[in-house]
Amino acid sequence: MSITFTLNGELRRLPAETPPAMTLLDWLRAAGLTGTKEGCAEGDCGACTVVIEAPDGARAPVNACLMTLGQAHGLALRSVEGLSAPDGAPHPVQAAMLAAEATQCGFCTPGIVMSLYAHARMGGDAHEALAGNLCRCTGYRPILDAMAALPVAEDTAPLCPATDVTAFGPPEHRFFLPRSLDETLRLRRDHPGAWILAGGTDLGLQFSEHRENPGSIICLRDVAELRGMTAGPEGLSVGAAEPYAALLDHMAHDADFAAFAGLLRRLGSRQIRALGTLGGNLGTASPIGDALPPLLALGARVSLAGPDGARDVAVEDFLLGYRRNALRADEVIARVFIPRPTPGAIFAAEKLSRRHDQDISAIGLAVLLERDGDVITHARIAHGGCGPMAARAPEAEAVLEGAAFTEAQARAAGDALARAITPMDDLRGTAEYRRVAARNLMLRLYWRAARPDAAAEIMALPTPHAPRFISP
Amino acid sequence: MNAALSQGAALAHDSALGHVTGRAPFADDVPEVPGLLHGALLLSPVAHGRLGALDVAAARAMPGIVAVLTARDVLGANDISPSGREVEPLFADGELRHHGQPIALVVGESRDAALAALTALKPEIEALPTILSIEDALAAEAYLLPPQEITQGDAAGAIAAAPMQTSGEFRAGGQEHFYLEGQIAIAWPGEDGDITITSSTQHPTEVQHIAARVLGCDFNHITVRCRRMGGGFGGKESNASWVAAAAALAARITGRPVKLRLSRKADMAATGKRHPFLYRWRAGFDATGRITGLEAMLAADGGHSLDLTGGVVFRALTHALNCYDVPAVKLHALSLRTNMVSHTAFRGFGGPQGVLLMDDVLRGVAAATGQEMEAVRARNFAGGDNGSKAPYGQALEGDLIRRVYAEAMADAGWAARRAEIDAFNAAHPFLRRGLGSFVLAFGISFGLMHLNQAGALVHVYADGSIRLNHGGTEMGQGLNIKIAQVVADAFGVPIARIRITPTSTAEVPNTAPTAASTGSDLNGWAAHLAASAIRERMAAEAARLWEVPVEAIGFGEGRVFVAKPGDNRAMGFGDLAHRCWVQRISLSATGFYRTPDIHWDAKSMRGEPFFYFSYGAAVVEVVVDTLTGEHRVLRADLVQDCGRSLNPTIDRGQIEGGFVQGLGWLTTESLYWDKEGRQRTLGPSTYKIPGSRDAPPDFRLRLLANAPARAETIFRSKGVGEPPLMLATAVWNALCDATGLTALDLPATPEVVLMALERMRRKHG
Repeated sequence: MSITFTLNGELRRLPAETPPAMTLLDWLRAAGLTGTKEGCAEGDCGACTVVIEAPDGARAPVNACLMTLGQAHGLALRSVEGLSAPDGAPHPVQAAMLAAEATQCGFCTPGIVMSLYAHARMGGDAHEALAGNLCRCTGYRPILDAMAALPVAEDTAPLCPATDVTAFGPPEHRFFLPRSLDETLRLRRDHPGAWILAGGTDLGLQFSEHRENPGSIICLRDVAELRGMTAGPEGLSVGAAEPYAALLDHMAHDADFAAFAGLLRRLGSRQIRALGTLGGNLGTASPIGDALPPLLALGARVSLAGPDGARDVAVEDFLLGYRRNALRADEVIARVFIPRPTPGAIFAAEKLSRRHDQDISAIGLAVLLERDGDVITHARIAHGGCGPMAARAPEAEAVLEGAAFTEAQARAAGDALARAITPMDDLRGTAEYRRVAARNLMLRLYWRAARPDAAAEIMALPTPHAPRFISP
Repeated sequence: MNAALSQGAALAHDSALGHVTGRAPFADDVPEVPGLLHGALLLSPVAHGRLGALDVAAARAMPGIVAVLTARDVLGANDISPSGREVEPLFADGELRHHGQPIALVVGESRDAALAALTALKPEIEALPTILSIEDALAAEAYLLPPQEITQGDAAGAIAAAPMQTSGEFRAGGQEHFYLEGQIAIAWPGEDGDITITSSTQHPTEVQHIAARVLGCDFNHITVRCRRMGGGFGGKESNASWVAAAAALAARITGRPVKLRLSRKADMAATGKRHPFLYRWRAGFDATGRITGLEAMLAADGGHSLDLTGGVVFRALTHALNCYDVPAVKLHALSLRTNMVSHTAFRGFGGPQGVLLMDDVLRGVAAATGQEMEAVRARNFAGGDNGSKAPYGQALEGDLIRRVYAEAMADAGWAARRAEIDAFNAAHPFLRRGLGSFVLAFGISFGLMHLNQAGALVHVYADGSIRLNHGGTEMGQGLNIKIAQVVADAFGVPIARIRITPTSTAEVPNTAPTAASTGSDLNGWAAHLAASAIRERMAAEAARLWEVPVEAIGFGEGRVFVAKPGDNRAMGFGDLAHRCWVQRISLSATGFYRTPDIHWDAKSMRGEPFFYFSYGAAVVEVVVDTLTGEHRVLRADLVQDCGRSLNPTIDRGQIEGGFVQGLGWLTTESLYWDKEGRQRTLGPSTYKIPGSRDAPPDFRLRLLANAPARAETIFRSKGVGEPPLMLATAVWNALCDATGLTALDLPATPEVVLMALERMRRKHG
């Protein structure tokens, strides 16, 4: 009855007394695998990046600082020590970093190497792949050079340990990995004080940064009913414990959700999206939860499973206040249904933050405008970071409904939105800034629709990585 | 010569393989010895308060706790001041002076035990009134030091007499170093009161001094060692010392080795940052934009204690005119005391804050005279028809100022892009692109005269392998490979023959911090002198053997030879080393270097404090979303003067990395203290350094060609650690150019830009 995983191809069976809430990072370092570094212990700098390898060869980078040992159970993991050949020769990814002379102090480097190791398999945008890794020395140019020269990933099929174990840890610190919803609800009943862990990208801070060790944890990762995604003509049914990465994979190829996908690309980093879930975002009910405004704008519904069956609640009814929601103590968030925007509708999901990538929103704004010809028949406008909770702005919606989407109308809706919201002053922005920005986002939405020929945001200007160096 | 082997070769960082494999050990990676204790700091929860009783019994009684140390437990002096000009407590004593100030150190069998025990410490605190802004400090006349002032001519008279006048006010924020490896020290007690410290420090000698002061022992009991840092940037100059001193104190008191590794949050709360500045200026000029008079106040928030503020403000002041000539100036610089963390060295050390001034002035003068800022810039360069001396008396090289600028403008294709950008802006509803430039003259040398010294220790072993040690520290900047190149060149051996070793106060004593862009200048010369001394002895032995004059002995390609046509006698370098050993010739030498020719008179504020100037120029293009304030750099063209570069690859890394760090300071990196003076940006989730997408995608860099240093620097190279950071100032100008803003506070976050635009819109309707 112990935590079992594969690390760098080697089966690891941890002693039964190992605390399951210990972070993978702490365990790795205590085991002498010190290539994985602690830079922040909050999942933001990426110095602790390790990679989960799936049997089909898929790779997902994760932050070892936010991942508990319990969550490592049943996985195949790779740390930087597992890249070099047995004779010590650098892995092709490491060789690419060497060739690009992409290290200075070297402290962030192992984490970056692991992100590149995952990227070599995942592909996609280089900045997206690096969003979860900070480097303070190089200015990133040589790292991007290395990424442009990455070798094609080999098709490794690492061994994931077969295990039937769904609970472990010493009696005073139990960690449960239930496989079914019934089992989950039973555990919820029997362990009323247990922490519910979905991806752990928020809750993980309690272990990593605040060094807490709860009595028991129920991890939803393996609950079959809470996983998977089905797409239909009406919309998407997403398991609440399905990681964002899977949701993004789908939405990136589903034109109706292109704007949602654009937002998800900026939600955390690949490391965060490999673990974080929609259910977690709803469960924490943070006013700045990135996914909440688009869920509200699209009229998404959550299915809450409890001992008496499931109940279906609109997201706007589910969110009750600052970090408060309608989930009862004996329930879990099971699935989220995200309706498709109606044909011809305008749908946008905006996010403003100090930095484009891996930053928490100052404000979020999602808008759905259903149209009949030029006339807006139905408007749903939802904001985040503008009050105690993510919410809709009926005042702004009313301005648009029945009107044509003109610049003047957009401005009027923006003004109504700015009046309706109740933002506060904090480290991510003043209330006044949030009001002005929220108003202007309505204007930007107008320009998105009116001038599809023009770049609608600064990141839309094409900017290939094109360095040059002239040395005498 | 052996250029391909060493001097000027584009060699990679010596630890690159260790970095990418994770095998290069940092302090926290050193295997922990049995019995190692771990420390955790109790930090002040308030910005200002009277510290009453602190009952440590409950914490002491918690499982695994070995000691709880406070000001009362300090064996020597409770003073970590690097300057010695005021007492700066290691542990708060009586008064809490900033949020995050260390109060106590808990020492336990594990880090978690120590952290857990912090919750059992409940200091009695009586809150006191706070000073949390530069304005408040100005109003309260809360000074850390008397004002520093540089004057030249009659500034007020010149301004009054000028045909036109304008004025300005702006502010620049602080900056957290965010070295990826946080502060850490491990202290091992030895016999007779010895303490050996592994510290992530830029200044092992100061760690030694401060630890000895806190322990009340002679310096010779303390040995400090540093193999590498995971970044420093000035943040491990004075701040590493107190962390190490605390670990040393705990090791002495408990008799066991102690590791003190600050969590990111504790690190960001307790360690100082770049000084925030407030600027007010008034200038007089003519219609051509020639500036004839300037009065300026530069006010620095030094935080609660002196730390290195005097030096930072000195450098800001001496760089306030940057590369420009203004005949009559009065530059007045203030060092203010607030209830903030004690601000400290940060790459550029006040220089970045200093050089902002003139660019704001140039922008204001350009607006007033209806010219492009670049015309005003060129009109006021030092040299040429203008005066060529800085107002404190040191000559600038007007030809190099003009060269770096002209090359950057030409590389950028300024005029053509200006037209293209104008067309884009006219056609787009709300995105605006803009161009900005910047030119830099940065003085190289420590402002504090006695720091301009360095030592090195070189051993040649009997097989011809060489062990190199010097007083500089490696923080990623590639110092070790550069110094190894210097030594390889002296002996004419491949770089692989040189063994780079950890910096240690036991090997090279009484060193300067690795800072002020002087690492390779100082230590390069010291190592060269040490190597040359050994080489001379070896050459003499070869000359004796071959019966030729010593001048005829050459070293190269791993061999020693008679450098005379027709004489092909030669032997391997290792063979000669062995021969020297057998002949009882010393193959070990120290090298000592002090920078010549620099001087400063603090009374008259005149002198030549810098050995030389480093020049650079940048042209940057940005795009701004005028609806949201979001912006990004699209392209940067940099020209940097490295003299005759010791290693172009390493220099490129410094330039690009420095530029992006400067970009962060000026744009995304916003520190936030709440109304109670509690710092709220205590981790990367709230404090945003640039990510890969923020670096210029089109990033072009030219090292200035054919420009060997005119001063006698090591192989005519120039230091490059800090200057490129300032080249990012061009971003500030580009943002103003894109938006039409004439004033813009820094950091120019999306919020700052948007609210400036909003104020402009409201003003102009």
